[in-house]
Amino acid sequence: MTLLSVRNLNVGIYSKPILKDVSFDIAPGQIVALTGESGSGKSMTALATMGLLPRGAQASGALILDGQDILNLPEPKLCALRGNTMGMVFQEPMTALNPVQTIGNQVAETILIHGPSTRAQAMERARDILDRVGLTAHPLGRYPHEMSGGQRQRVVIAMAIAKRPKLLIADEPTTALDVTTQAQILELLKSLVADFNMGLMMITHDLAVVATMAERIVVMQNGTVVEQGDTAQILHHMRHPYTKSLIAASTHRPDMPPAAPQDDPILVVENATRTYPEPRRRLFGKREYRTAVDGVSLTVNARERVGLVGESGCGKSTLTRAILGLEPLQGGKITAFGQDIATPTPRLRSGLQVVFQDPYSSFNPRHKVARLITEPFHLLPHPPAGKARQDAVAEALIAVGLHAEDGGKYIHEFSGGQRQRIAIARALILRPDLIVFDEAVSALDVSVRAQVLDLLAALCRSHDLAYLFISHDLSVVRSITDRVLVMKAGKIVEQGETETVFSQPKHPYTRVLIDAAPMLPLHNEGIP
Amino acid sequence: MRNLILGAALTTVFVLAALISFIFTPYDIAALDIPNKLQQPSAQHWFGTDHFGRDIFSMIMVGARTSIAVAVLAVGIGMGLGIPLGLTAAARRGGWLDEIIMRGNDLVFAFPALVIAILITAVFGASAVNAIIAIGIFNIPVFARLSRGAALGLWSRDFILSARVAGKSSARISVEHILPNIGNLMIVQGTIQFSLGILAEAGLSYVGLGAQPPTPSWGRMLADAQTLVSIAPHLALFPGMAIILTVLGLNLMGDGLRDWLDPRLRVLRA
Amino acid sequence: MLRYILKRFLSLAISLIVASMVIFAVIEIAPGDPAAYMLGINAQPDTIAALRAELGLDQSKLQRYLSWVGGMVVGDFGTSYAYRSPVAEMIGDRLWVSLPLAIYALTLSTIIAFPAGIYAASRRGHFGDTAVMGATQLGVAIPNFWFAMICVLIFAIKLRWFSAGGFPGWDRGFWDGIKALTLPAIALALPQAAILARVMRSSLLDMLGEDFIRTARAKGLSRRQTLWRHALRNAMIPVLTIIGLQFSFLLAGAIIIEQVFFLPGLGRLVFQSISARDLIVVESVVMLLVFAVILVNFLVDLTYAIVDPRLRGRT
Repeated sequence: MTLLSVRNLNVGIYSKPILKDVSFDIAPGQIVALTGESGSGKSMTALATMGLLPRGAQASGALILDGQDILNLPEPKLCALRGNTMGMVFQEPMTALNPVQTIGNQVAETILIHGPSTRAQAMERARDILDRVGLTAHPLGRYPHEMSGGQRQRVVIAMAIAKRPKLLIADEPTTALDVTTQAQILELLKSLVADFNMGLMMITHDLAVVATMAERIVVMQNGTVVEQGDTAQILHHMRHPYTKSLIAASTHRPDMPPAAPQDDPILVVENATRTYPEPRRRLFGKREYRTAVDGVSLTVNARERVGLVGESGCGKSTLTRAILGLEPLQGGKITAFGQDIATPTPRLRSGLQVVFQDPYSSFNPRHKVARLITEPFHLLPHPPAGKARQDAVAEALIAVGLHAEDGGKYIHEFSGGQRQRIAIARALILRPDLIVFDEAVSALDVSVRAQVLDLLAALCRSHDLAYLFISHDLSVVRSITDRVLVMKAGKIVEQGETETVFSQPKHPYTRVLIDAAPMLPLHNEGIP
Repeated sequence: MRNLILGAALTTVFVLAALISFIFTPYDIAALDIPNKLQQPSAQHWFGTDHFGRDIFSMIMVGARTSIAVAVLAVGIGMGLGIPLGLTAAARRGGWLDEIIMRGNDLVFAFPALVIAILITAVFGASAVNAIIAIGIFNIPVFARLSRGAALGLWSRDFILSARVAGKSSARISVEHILPNIGNLMIVQGTIQFSLGILAEAGLSYVGLGAQPPTPSWGRMLADAQTLVSIAPHLALFPGMAIILTVLGLNLMGDGLRDWLDPRLRVLRA
Repeated sequence: MLRYILKRFLSLAISLIVASMVIFAVIEIAPGDPAAYMLGINAQPDTIAALRAELGLDQSKLQRYLSWVGGMVVGDFGTSYAYRSPVAEMIGDRLWVSLPLAIYALTLSTIIAFPAGIYAASRRGHFGDTAVMGATQLGVAIPNFWFAMICVLIFAIKLRWFSAGGFPGWDRGFWDGIKALTLPAIALALPQAAILARVMRSSLLDMLGEDFIRTARAKGLSRRQTLWRHALRNAMIPVLTIIGLQFSFLLAGAIIIEQVFFLPGLGRLVFQSISARDLIVVESVVMLLVFAVILVNFLVDLTYAIVDPRLRGRT
C-alpha cells in the first residue's frame, strides 16, 4: 500500500525546467529520504507536494496522496489538506515561527483552522502536542524568541503533526542545528513516524543522516532521480556513478602529510578570557557579565594542523575572533610568532591569515579578483607592482587550482567552491605560516568539499603551512587535523591527538558529541 | 525600467528649463505689463499672465532654478554631513561616539524642517539660504541613519572581517569597502530627498520663509495666486503642476533606480 | 516591560531638556534688544533699562534659561514683547485649532491608508495594486497647500459645500468646528495617506516573503488568512514608525495649511510674531511643537512594545 505516489513530476519556473520526470513512492510508516547536492531539486519536490511552489512555477505529472491526485487541486482544497493530511517542517527554525505570537496560539491555529473545535479545546490539544514533542516545561504563552533553535524546531514539528497528518515532509530539519540537538530531533521524528504510522519525506543533503533514518533513498541530481532503492542496498551496491561519487565524497579522507613535531610553537594562547556585559536586569541593578571564553590555553606549532570543535555558543567563534585580533581579551594573552596579538605588527598580520565560512559574503562584490586577493599586500613595506603583482596573483590563483586570467573577473562569476579557493588564494598570497579556517568548508556541497580538502592537503605540503581548523563538523576535523581540541561552555574540555580523541574519548562531553554525530557506515560495517 | 525612463525624462525637462532660463525666457520676468494682467493661457502666453502681467511660463522656468538649487544644496548638506556621521557611527558601533551621533540624530528628527526654518528666520530674517539650511539640516539624520544601518549590515560581513584581519583601519575600510557598497542606496535616497526638498522649498516659500522677492519661486507664485484663485485659477494650476511633475519625475526615477540597481532583481533579469 | 517604559521615559526627558537648550541658544543669537525694540527708537535709556528689568532681560543667560523652562513646566510662558499679554494665553487659544487639525488629519490619513495598502498588497501585481500604487505615486508628489487651494476652489467656491476659510471657534459647537477643519484636514491627510499606504504595502509584502508565512501556509491557511493573521501585525512595526514621523509632518503641514484657510492656529501666531520680532512667542511655540513631536514618538515607542513581544523583555 502506498500513501504518496509521485509520478513523472515535472516542474518548471518561467519555462526553465527544475524537475524532470521525478517518480517515487512513500508507504505509511515509512521514511523516505530525498538526497542530493544543492540544485538537485529535492526541496522543490517537497514544495510541489505541499502545493507551495513559488510564483511562476508550473507542474505536471501526478501526485497521488491517499488515492487522490493533489497536483492540480484547486487552492481551497489544498488548504484543507495542508496541516491536516500533510504537514511540513522547514530548515530554519529561527525564522519559521511568527515572532509576535505565542507558541500555544501558533500550534492551536493548525487545530482551529481545520476544524470543529473550540478555542479551549484547541489550546488543550496544543498542550498535549507540545508535551508529545518534548516541550513539557514550556507554557503555551511562550514567545519564539524566548526559546533555542532546537526548541523552536520542536514547536514547528508540533504545528505540523497537530492534526496527525498521514504524510510529514521535513526539509533539512536538522541542518541548522547542533549535532546533539540534531540527534534528539531525528529521534523525535522517528518516534512520531512509528506512533502515528505517518509517511515521512525527509529532504537532506547529509548521507550520514539518511543512513541512520531512512528505509529508502531517492538520489537526485539536476532535477532528476538518478537512483532509488532500499537504504542498505544503495549504500552498498550503488549502481549510478553519481551516487558512487556522492558517497565517496562523503567519506573522503584527504591524503595528509605526517604530523609535524610539536617543538616550534607559532601561536600560543594563554589563559584567554573574553567576557561580555549582559543587559541590566533592573534599571540600576549590578551589571552582569557572560564569559564566552573562559581561561583557554592552546598552542599551534609550525606545520601542525589543529582542530577546534564544539557546538554553537561554546565560544569557538569568539576565540577565533580573539586569535585574529578582532576582539579584545579581558584576561590572558595571545601571542603569534612571539609577538602579542593585541599590538600586531605587519609581520604578525602577514604570517596569520584567515578563510571564513560563507563564500558569498567573503568578498567585496565591487572589486575584481586580482584586487581582492592582493588586499593583504598593504601590509608590505614595498608592495609588488606591475609585473611582480601580476605574477603574485597568477601564482596564488594557480596554487589553488584556478587560472591566472581569473584575476580579471568579478566574484559573482564564480561558484561557491571556486570562491572558497579564491579566499584561500587571498590567504596564501603573503606566504603565511598559519591559516585559520573558520568553518571554511561547512557551506560547501560534499563533492566540492572533498576537492577543497584535497587542495588543503596539497597546500600544507607545498607551502609548509600550519592550520587552525575550527568546525562543528567532526568528520571533517577528523580527516584533516593531527591534533584536536574540544570546547564546551568557553572551556577546552579535552585535547589530544585526533585519532586518539575520536577513538577513545575521555571527557563525557566528547563522547556525547561523537555518539550524536551520524556516521555513514563503511562497507564492512553493518547497516541498522 | 519604464519608471526610470519616464522619471528621468520628466526630471530632464525641468533641469533643462532651469538651465535655459539663464540665457533665454520667452518674456522678461522683471518687466511689468499691467495692461496684460491676468490673461488666460493663449498662443502668446502659454500659461497666461499674473496680476502684474508677467508671463507665467517664463516665471516657472526661472522658478525651477530656485527649486532645483535649494533642493540640490540641501541634499548636498544632508549627504555631505549625514553619510560621514553614519559611517563613523557604524565604525564605532556600540561605542559612545555611536550613541552620541544617534541620539543627536533623534534630536534633529524632533525638529521638522519648517520649525528649523521658523527659528532661523526669526533670528536672521527670511531668505532662500534659510530654506537650504533648514531642509539641509533635516536631511542630515535621514542620511546618517540610512548609511549607518546599511554599513552595520556590511560590518558583520566576512569581507570586512578579512580586511580587518589584514590590518586595515576602520576609516580606510569605511572608504574602501563600505562606501562603494552603500553608494547605490544613497543615490536612490538622494533622489527621494531631492523630491522632498522641492516640496519643502515650495512650502517654505509659500509661507514666506524661503526665497524673497524678486527671486521667483514656485511656492511664492502659489502664495501670490491664492487671493486670485477664484477669478484666475491658472495662476495656481501651472506652478502646482510644475511642482507635481518634478516631484513625480524624481520619485519615479528613484523607484526605477532602486529596481535597476538592486542586485537581487538584476539576477532575476539575467 | 516597566524597564522599557522607564528607559523610554528617561530618553524623552533628556530629549526635551536638550531641545529646550538648543532653542534657547538659537534665539539668544538674535541681534537686537527686545526692550529697545518694544519701546521704539525714541525711548530713554532708563525706560529701556526698567523694561529690561521687568522682562528679566538683565539676568544672566543661565538664570533666564532656568526661569523660562521653570515657567513652562507650570504653564507660564512669559509675556509677549509685542502685545504685553501672557504668551500662554495666546498659545492656548491657537493650540486648540492646530492640534485638533493635526490629529484629525492623522486619523483620516490612517483610515485611508490602511485599507489601500492592505488591498494593494493582497492584489500584488494585479490591476488593483497598479491602480492604488499609481494613485499614491501622484499623491506623494502633490504639495498639500496647493491641494488645499484646489479644494477651496472646488468645494468652497464652486460647490459651496464648505466655507472657504476661517474658524468659528469650538464654543459655537463641536460639529461646526469639525466642519471648518474638514477641508484643511483632507488636504493635509491625502498626501500623507499616499506615503503611509505605500509603506503599509511594502512592509506587508516584505512580511509575506518571510519564512513564518510559509510555515503558516503549510498549516493550511489561505493567502488571505496568512496576510491578516500573520503578516499584518508584524508589518505594523515599520508602519508605526512612519505614523510617528507623520505626526511631525502633519503638525508642520498644519501650520502651512492654516495660511490657506485663514485658520487662527499656531501658524498664524508664529508668522505674526516673526514679523513683529516677538521672539519669546516664537521660542515658546517652537518648543511646544518640538514637545508634541517628541511626545508622539514616545507614544509610538510604547506601542511598539505592545505589538512586538521581543521588545518587552529587553531594554
